[in-house]
Amino acid sequence: MYSVTASHISKSYGQVRALDDISFTVDKGEIFGLIGPDGAGKTTLFRILTTLLLPDAGSATVTGLDVVKDFWRIRNGIGYMPGRFSLYPDLTVEENLTFFATVFHTTIEENYSLIADIYKQIEPFKHRKAGKLSGGMKQKLALSCALIHKPTVLFLDEPTTGVDPVSRKEFWEMLVHLKSQGLSILVSTPYMDEASLCDRIALIQGGRFLRIDTPERIIESYPKPLFSVCASRMRSLLGDLRACRQVDSAFSFGASCHVTFRGEPDSAELADELRAKGYVDLWVEEIRPTVEDCFMLLSKESDDGN
Amino acid sequence: MRCSAGWLGKRNGKEIEMKQFLSFIRKEFYHIFRDRRTMLILLGMPIVQILLFGFAITTEVKEVQVAVFDPSRDVATQQIVESFRESPYFRLVEELDDVESIHTIFKYGKINLVIVFGENFAENLLHTGEASVQLITDGTEPNQASTITAYASNILADYAASLAEQGSLPYQIVPEIQMLYNPQSESAYNFVPGVMGLILMLICAMMTSIAIVREKETGTMEVLLASPMKPIYIILAKAVPYFVLSILNLVTILLLAVFVLHVPVAGSLVSLLFVSLVFIFLALSLGLLISTLIDTQMAAILASGMGLMMPTMLLSGLIFPIASMPIALQWISLIVPARWYIEAVRKIMIQGVGMEFALKELGVLLLMTAVLLVVSLKKFKIRL
Repeated sequence: MYSVTASHISKSYGQVRALDDISFTVDKGEIFGLIGPDGAGKTTLFRILTTLLLPDAGSATVTGLDVVKDFWRIRNGIGYMPGRFSLYPDLTVEENLTFFATVFHTTIEENYSLIADIYKQIEPFKHRKAGKLSGGMKQKLALSCALIHKPTVLFLDEPTTGVDPVSRKEFWEMLVHLKSQGLSILVSTPYMDEASLCDRIALIQGGRFLRIDTPERIIESYPKPLFSVCASRMRSLLGDLRACRQVDSAFSFGASCHVTFRGEPDSAELADELRAKGYVDLWVEEIRPTVEDCFMLLSKESDDGN
Repeated sequence: MRCSAGWLGKRNGKEIEMKQFLSFIRKEFYHIFRDRRTMLILLGMPIVQILLFGFAITTEVKEVQVAVFDPSRDVATQQIVESFRESPYFRLVEELDDVESIHTIFKYGKINLVIVFGENFAENLLHTGEASVQLITDGTEPNQASTITAYASNILADYAASLAEQGSLPYQIVPEIQMLYNPQSESAYNFVPGVMGLILMLICAMMTSIAIVREKETGTMEVLLASPMKPIYIILAKAVPYFVLSILNLVTILLLAVFVLHVPVAGSLVSLLFVSLVFIFLALSLGLLISTLIDTQMAAILASGMGLMMPTMLLSGLIFPIASMPIALQWISLIVPARWYIEAVRKIMIQGVGMEFALKELGVLLLMTAVLLVVSLKKFKIRL
């Protein structure tokens, strides 16, 4: 049985089409990632699956229960962590956890073992107000609150947004650990580097899924050799690269630009052309594509298609 | 899969639901007690308001600017005018030639009191033992107006008494007191019911709506709605603390009114509390309705401020008497809940009449509560 199924889900807010014919499934014990920029429709999809919104069209099930008809039974068995910080900042760590435990008909003692790994890290601060916790600790507390009633499916909407890199890494380690206990996890993130930690991902943009597959297969399907270009004047580099005749696509990736060629790639020729334009400290090398490269390519194709 | 509804026994389920509910209420009290501003509004506001109005009521009037219209111009009126001149409270500034100028003189706002003697004042007084005089004040400041007329009546009574000492007849000067613009305001006590209406509306409607909307704003409402907690319990648990606090405030206001301002509860205390309870329920349902329609705390404050406080202050008869409003505003005032509550409290608390005289007000309040409850429960969403 699938933990989550969605078939042909659509949802509009007035003129804005937030979700457009979305279909996918999440297996039991799988981490399924929704990868896409802000405004792609991730939160809307979460809200439909957590029975908080009704889809305009299509249907969805969670643990085999229909999100529209059986919403009461679904609400008993899922854990949901919305995108915004969703705890009470004026209550202490312990009060927050106790409150959510009671709301979910349980107690901290009863299910302590479930959250022990995570909660132990914040337990020394249990008398501190939740509003005074660091971003990483807030996320751990929120996750503890979402797990306290032993849910079968966990919905995490951008759990690591605004969290420092170390805490993000720790958070993902926790998710992998939870998965090993049989929990199905649907998680969204705008960080492409987190995508490779999911079992399967869906690249989402403008309310449409660009692609659903394992991160490896998505990377393997990248159609062309990819080159990374670094140079002295990064600011003008992207524009100059795009102006080059042999360059097919160029995207800025922080410290470098990722480039594909029209026809047979010739990095030496490109380097010469750039040197002629006055670039020094030039560095061109072939690299393995990342999920982000795939996303850029797919989203460009999708835009061109429209 | 072990979902709670399944493995909980039925009786056990009720018990756990109760525990869930109580835990929610406790959480709500934490929110209130830990927010100093909320606490200040909840507990300080009633005391400050009552005392402020109380001081306004007891403020002494000095240097009252008096104008006289005296068609008689005889011994008696001369003597009375003289005693006004001598009084430290009054200052005679103008003698009027005709009655029409009374209105214009008030419009300029310089005069606080106009004394209008009847014709043949002395003659009437000596022959019939009775003479009439009008005391006209500016009723837009009812507290001041009633103090002024009280002082002026004293001077008239003193004069009548001094006449009585000389002669054998018991002379009587009957002052006919007329408050322009605010004919109904009989006593300064009227502020106490008004403040009660205002405070209860503020605490129940505004604070409840803000408390619910805050959950929406912080995203916790999303978590709560996606939980097994019944949405109606979320709302009830939100309302209970404010219900308790408004009862506390009601008691505070009544104690302050009785023991500090010496405004007695003339009628039945039970009736008074009953009407207040109905009004509290009404205000709570209003707060609930606002919270279902609005998504941010700022908007909730604006909506309850503009939509509730302003009409309550301006259209309920708290500050301006309803009878002197333009017809259109009188019609609007019919849907201001505080108007009916204040009227009922005035009847029961100040005039001391029984509940049977306030049945119309009570009926309107009950009807409003029912409508608001039905609408807000219909509007209340079990989803986002």
